[in-house]
Amino acid sequence: MLICGMGGTILTLWIMSLVMAFLGKLFPEKPEKKEA
Amino acid sequence: MADAIISGLGGLTVGFQVLAMDWRNTVMLLVGFGLLYLGIKKDCEPLLLVPIGFGCILANIPLSDVMSQEGFIRVIYDAGIATELFPLLIFVGIGAMTDFGPVLARPSMFLLGAAGQFGIFITLLLALAMGFPQLDAVAIGIIGACDGPTAIYVTSKYAPHLLGAVSVAAYSYMSLVPIIQPPIMRLMTTKKERETVMKPLAKPVSKTTKLLFPLVITILGGIIAPKGLPLLGTIMLGNLMRESGVVSRLTKASENEIANVVTLFLGLCIGATMVGSAFIKTETLIILALGLVAICLDTVCGVLMGKAMRVATGGKVNPLIGAAGISAFPMAARVVQKEGAKWNKKNYLLMHAMGANAGGQVGSVIAAAVMLSVLAGMGIIR
Repeated sequence: MLICGMGGTILTLWIMSLVMAFLGKLFPEKPEKKEA
Repeated sequence: MADAIISGLGGLTVGFQVLAMDWRNTVMLLVGFGLLYLGIKKDCEPLLLVPIGFGCILANIPLSDVMSQEGFIRVIYDAGIATELFPLLIFVGIGAMTDFGPVLARPSMFLLGAAGQFGIFITLLLALAMGFPQLDAVAIGIIGACDGPTAIYVTSKYAPHLLGAVSVAAYSYMSLVPIIQPPIMRLMTTKKERETVMKPLAKPVSKTTKLLFPLVITILGGIIAPKGLPLLGTIMLGNLMRESGVVSRLTKASENEIANVVTLFLGLCIGATMVGSAFIKTETLIILALGLVAICLDTVCGVLMGKAMRVATGGKVNPLIGAAGISAFPMAARVVQKEGAKWNKKNYLLMHAMGANAGGQVGSVIAAAVMLSVLAGMGIIR
């Protein structure tokens, strides 16, 4: 239980962190274009 | 005539007779007053402790029928707690209120949110070792999520007889985070570690990423741990509404009207489960003690993960932020900021701690979901 629970939680959140980091790079914040 | 008057007056004194016969109701009336005092005078989670305290008083007045089959609180209980609906509606509101931007700016903070939940599993084992039945141990362990709605959801589903004790422990310890955490944080870190200055987070998060976050987390989390999908789905629905910006009426209703009404009903129902004969037991004291242990262990594990990240980044992480990996949002982050500034006035840990704290919000739901799915896999629950 301890291994599955703690391992499962950290693994799930680690996968989520990797996916979100990837999405963050894929869709970076673009600076607003200044009007001329 | 005289007999009728005496019998009639006797009917008015039955309540006092019953009160005198069972001291436990009197004690619980005092507990109700204590909860009201904490909420009103000490400002400890007043939105919950006031209805819980009053519900406790209502249920412990002798011959009270508020929780009998047709009692008004029983009707609310059956509609919203027995069906697990209330905690889920609260979660929509939490999702609508929470800005996950700080954790999205630095996704590694999810790991602190994971470590901040380890107390759940260690406490579950402790409860099993102390002889609690498996499902009761699950409900006790979930206090370590430091997350009221999650604790109520799991307990009402698997150990409804412990709902009062578990809910009071969860909300009381959440409000005591500023007292519980700092000594552990100091004990677990060196002066040098506490003084570490972390660079400010400069990375902004795009709207697309913020929009994709609730969808990705729901699908990923739902596939990995489907038993927790109602918890994860509702918090992420609230967050999607917030980030989309196109349903502001629904977002506002979720975080205000719906959350307020449900909080009132939830508090009343929890308080009404604290009937003397069911609440005053050695078991309740053990549950309260184990709940405290769970939150202490969360803090220890969070800080240890902070230390591991410090090693991995070559000393760039202040391990104090690990303590914010619990779900008490944003209180735990404020505690970290205050503690960090105490040791180094140039230290501004708030945004980093908010990241860990937002990670803890997701972490507590994921930990509960993983626990339920693992238990289902083991055949302990259906």
